[in-house]
Amino acid sequence: MQNLKDLKEQIRKALPELDVVIGWTGGYDPLHATPHFIRRDEDIDKLQVNALCVHNLATYLPALRGKKVGIVVKGCDSRSVVELLQENLIDRAGVTIFGFGCNGVVDQTKIRRIVGDVGNIDSCEISGSDVTVSASGAEHKLPLGDVLADKCATCRYPNAVLSDHFAGEEVTTTATFEDGYKDVVEFEEKPVEEKFGFWLKEMDRCIRCYACRNACPLCVCRDHCVAQSRDPHWLSQEAHVRDKWMFQVIHAYHLAGRCTECGECQRACPVDIPILLFKKKMNKEIKEVFDYEAGIDPEATPPLMTFKTEEDKIRERKW
Amino acid sequence: MPILEGKELRIVGFLCNWCSYGGADTAGVGRFKQPTDLRVIKVPCSGRIDPLFIVKTLMSGADGVLVSGCHPRDCHYTEGNFYARRRLEMLKRFLPIMGIDAKRFEYTWVSASEGQRWQEVVTKFTEQIHELGPAPKIAGADAEETLKLMEAAL
Repeated sequence: MQNLKDLKEQIRKALPELDVVIGWTGGYDPLHATPHFIRRDEDIDKLQVNALCVHNLATYLPALRGKKVGIVVKGCDSRSVVELLQENLIDRAGVTIFGFGCNGVVDQTKIRRIVGDVGNIDSCEISGSDVTVSASGAEHKLPLGDVLADKCATCRYPNAVLSDHFAGEEVTTTATFEDGYKDVVEFEEKPVEEKFGFWLKEMDRCIRCYACRNACPLCVCRDHCVAQSRDPHWLSQEAHVRDKWMFQVIHAYHLAGRCTECGECQRACPVDIPILLFKKKMNKEIKEVFDYEAGIDPEATPPLMTFKTEEDKIRERKW
Repeated sequence: MPILEGKELRIVGFLCNWCSYGGADTAGVGRFKQPTDLRVIKVPCSGRIDPLFIVKTLMSGADGVLVSGCHPRDCHYTEGNFYARRRLEMLKRFLPIMGIDAKRFEYTWVSASEGQRWQEVVTKFTEQIHELGPAPKIAGADAEETLKLMEAAL
């Protein structure tokens, strides 16, 4: 990102007032970035902001409540921060938001599918429109559009929706709400039996690692998660597809009207189960019934935490 | 073998203590004819119903779920059914993506005096479920399979 210099300057100025600033830096190989906790001036130089910075750093915020935290956010990450503020899980005074306009992040799974073995990456160069990956002696030049995460192709909020410092220029976008939900509509049109079979097959792969839960910035129960609770005993310890599937529905339902679709659950999934689909479906219906989108307005109330005496769009069945 | 084997389906009804449970009782006292497929679970208020109860019920082998509470504005706890209405509406819209027919779940309002209406609701809902037939089962998710598993584990 050409605005990295501005961003570093902003962080350098703000750092004396803050306990930590969370950003990204180079990971264990050139293809991966990793979260970076900046505490001293020399850490700032290691900051990296590019298409490899996929992590939604808002996940760390609730645990750091009470400290003075700075956070670097893309558009989608900023929505998670707004949602956390809205639910009073973090304090506005305790967070300093460094926003920027994002041009999209890569989907590591897509790169892996094209490149094959990504165990031994020599280098990864990202220019405006291409990603050049050399792995195991071979060089692959991939158009950036082919390896961008799905959410980025239809992103409506590339710029941080809320920020104290904004680096660089805003990114413009033309995507509409409908564009983002084409995949949901397409899936919905399949016959019920096919959908049921699809999930049985997909969910069977789940290894119950709960990476989806841990990566989710809005899964804030953590130690009290129903997945591990015996009272109430929602899920057994069995590795049965019923329990795995049930967990995903619980996850989707606990995020109803709150999920900002950062896609971290699906990215973190080691077996690539398309679990974002559940959350997107819920958001699509929330938008339709309550005309509400999560993570835009810090003052709003999530629709399932309130009600109207006369609902505008809910029509009950007349028997 | 029970004589109703094959004629009955498994339908679970979550009824609010203050209105619908009373309504079902009124229907009983009035000796209105009702289908026998429904198993009633009494809850303090329709607002007590976590939509996940319904998902869990359907995934555990029920063929249909009926939720019934007090009419909006008549809630014993003033606003329980207003919250319930939003949650249940979202559930009804969510079920199809899981591959569960949305018709397998209905929510409605029946007051304690509406025995006649209860009879209508339960009859029509049971008919609706019978039209759909037994729900697709997750292998190992019904009671018999679970019992077998438990026996094997002991």
